[in-house]
Amino acid sequence: MASVKPRVKVPKSASAGEVITIKTLISHPMESGQRKDSDGNPIPRQIINKFTCEFNGQVVFSCDIEPAVSANPYLEFTAKVNEAGTFKFTWVDDDGSVYTEEKEIALN
Amino acid sequence: VAGMRTSPALATAEDAMAKVKEFAGGAEPATGTITLNAPEIAENGNTVPVSVSVESPMTEDDYVESVAIFADGNPSPDVITFNFTPMSGEASATTRMRLAKTQNVIAVAKTSTGQVFMDKKEVKVTIGGCGG
Repeated sequence: MASVKPRVKVPKSASAGEVITIKTLISHPMESGQRKDSDGNPIPRQIINKFTCEFNGQVVFSCDIEPAVSANPYLEFTAKVNEAGTFKFTWVDDDGSVYTEEKEIALN
Repeated sequence: VAGMRTSPALATAEDAMAKVKEFAGGAEPATGTITLNAPEIAENGNTVPVSVSVESPMTEDDYVESVAIFADGNPSPDVITFNFTPMSGEASATTRMRLAKTQNVIAVAKTSTGQVFMDKKEVKVTIGGCGG
């Protein structure tokens, strides 16, 4: 889907050991599979079903997502930063598409 | 709105509690330690903010492994499962969910030491989430 666009907010820097807040949003209709089109035919389910946040290759946080999560799924969570490095964010679509985004963080 | 749904069967409190039991894996969920935050009244069931936080040291020896959120009046009780690691720093997360009608939202946490905690909030929904 061409319209899918991930957005992520990560602080540019943190103190060693600091717990930071990360906010992510991805534009996606999250078609629940419960709706019908104007002809009464069911609209097939297509959602983002998995999200993962890694830091320097290690999983920090992930979630398994069901159709009850709203369109344009928003996620806010925390990460403990012990070193400078790169956060990698991955969203997995029902259709097999994978969307990724990366953000660097420095130590104060 | 195009494609309004034609009343699918909704989950019941029993369905949701069965999911809670399955997630808890035999442990009896305790109250406290976990806090679920959701609005008392949601004007728009399409996007209801929901957040959970669990008190935990979040060390290698003792951390919250996962928190599942269920809703007992949606077409399916499953909403989301957050999986934490000690690198999460805290066991807290926020998302936005669909609620088809007024119902209970339930959060269940499982720790690495085998403890299970539960919290529950009723959310009154003015306009139901289409196809929640």
